[in-house]
Amino acid sequence: MKEDTLIATSLREKSLLYRRNIIKYIYHAKAGHTGGSLSIVDILNVLYNEIMQVSPENFTSPTRDRYVQSKGHCVEALYVVLADLGFFPEEDLRTLCQYESAYIGHPTKYVNGIEQNTGGLGHGLSICAGMALAAKKDHSDVKVYTILGDGELAEGSNWEALMFAAHYHLDNLCAVLDYNKLQITSSNSEVMGLEPIDKKLEAFGWAVRHVDGHNLEELSATFKAMPFEEGKPSFVIAHTIKGKGVSYMENVLKWHHGVPTEEQYELAMTELA
Amino acid sequence: MSKSNLEIFSETLQNLAETDRQITVVTSDSRGSGKLVPFGQRFPDQIVEIGIAEQNLVGVASGLASMGKKTFAVSPACFLTARSLEQIKNDVCYSDNAVKLVGISAGVSYGALGTTHHSLHDYAVLRAIHNITIVAPADHYETAHAIRLAAEMTTPIYIRFGKKAMPETLFRRPSQVEGGAGEDSQGMGEQTDDFQLGKGRILRHGTQLTFMASGEGVLPCMEAAELLQDRHHISCKVISIHTIKPLDTRLILESASSGQPIITVEEHSVHGGLGEAVASVLLQSGCHNKFKIMGLPDDHTVSGSQAEIFSHYGLSAEGLTHEVLEILK
Ligand SMILES: [Mg+2]
Repeated sequence: MKEDTLIATSLREKSLLYRRNIIKYIYHAKAGHTGGSLSIVDILNVLYNEIMQVSPENFTSPTRDRYVQSKGHCVEALYVVLADLGFFPEEDLRTLCQYESAYIGHPTKYVNGIEQNTGGLGHGLSICAGMALAAKKDHSDVKVYTILGDGELAEGSNWEALMFAAHYHLDNLCAVLDYNKLQITSSNSEVMGLEPIDKKLEAFGWAVRHVDGHNLEELSATFKAMPFEEGKPSFVIAHTIKGKGVSYMENVLKWHHGVPTEEQYELAMTELA
Repeated sequence: MSKSNLEIFSETLQNLAETDRQITVVTSDSRGSGKLVPFGQRFPDQIVEIGIAEQNLVGVASGLASMGKKTFAVSPACFLTARSLEQIKNDVCYSDNAVKLVGISAGVSYGALGTTHHSLHDYAVLRAIHNITIVAPADHYETAHAIRLAAEMTTPIYIRFGKKAMPETLFRRPSQVEGGAGEDSQGMGEQTDDFQLGKGRILRHGTQLTFMASGEGVLPCMEAAELLQDRHHISCKVISIHTIKPLDTRLILESASSGQPIITVEEHSVHGGLGEAVASVLLQSGCHNKFKIMGLPDDHTVSGSQAEIFSHYGLSAEGLTHEVLEILK
């Protein structure tokens, strides 16, 4: 119990560090998907520091766990986590979105630690399903994870992949919905309603759990419970807040890809200290 | 000439799977049309059914390939290269997953089923995407070799063919071609096992005109060359450009250097396919040979069987013969 508390404390510190770094490098680059990166960073924190068997040391091993970021545009969150894990020097992120930099606005394999190039929405889940099926065929313990955006779920290809993963009983596959209820134009409910999303996913044959996407303990316990049901792929509906952690960004649409001014930057850093 | 390239594809894949557990076939309710029912019966663990969902077909195939499976994604060319084009561009080519995309019943193979089922755009769209080899084998020999090489490739490849019976080999030894054993036939011995992706295959030597063709467009060129020799004593060279990308520029320029007129023939739109690829090589190298692209025009495609459509657009032996006589006038 005491150990758990210690882990949680260090994870909480990591979440703060990651948020500061997201803001820092987006501020420096004058570009990035700020709100969404702050929305998914706690999920990535738990996946990479608590759940997945993946590190710079085992990254070429076929038995490593796989993470594919389907909502590729929130790559800044992934970059800061990978840097913290030692996949590349953090100062590399000073080149974010600059001429000839590998650190572009979507994940690519040119960056150490990234499995697949993403950015077009509705692609990640199919790739992950293929990976999970290959692991099953090889009788390997590899687990496969992806984070999907809520706006992204309007892409029909996701629903092809959802059918497929259930049909093949891919209980080594976990999809996480970054459910911050906002997308670039407006709220999901205004743009294209998702609800009742849990019932839809269950009807597609997935085992579904709701979780507070910023509660590290809850996230950790949820991922550790995978598969939620034997023989079914696991779906985590992570209720999140776009812009989480920076008061003036939270739930404010313009921070989808807003870049802070100097004054806003200082304020964000103070709040995240 | 009893088997289609499609059947050779299926047989080759079964031969490979006998000794290679990593060979994996992914189908979109297309194992029947892909002649893959026997494969599925013999290697049930090595076939993955996706259902009618081509985007997922290519995405899943990418995931399988990334895990080391030698993955053949098999679906009618019309759907594979249009419905799932973004998955090909991003998940296969950009992410560099070595998927082997197999477009079956390509071109106008589906004949009277109409434009929804024709693929006259696939070379054009895939040529504009980085990191993919594009192959249209002409005969059994090229098909079997292309499939064997594809299995071992570590980068993406697209192979397309039809379902009409094709010869085992279209190759003619110089001695079999009257008047064809002239100065042009230097170095042509017996056919050897030398199929290489990216290298055109000279099927027949000739001195007055060169056909450059791909896929099922090659057979009518060979037939036309025969007719032209017999009826008009005109000597035509035929090259199978089975690899549309990367293009065998060396062979194209070598053939053009004699100054012979060139006719390209393909079961594809005249826009963006083999013909324009060859034209680009010629023009940028300063070649001004007489030149004609034979393919499907930018028009609503006429209805009919594959043979009738070929004939309608001058892609039959008779039509190509006519074209040669015109260009040599
Ligand atoms: Mg959202």
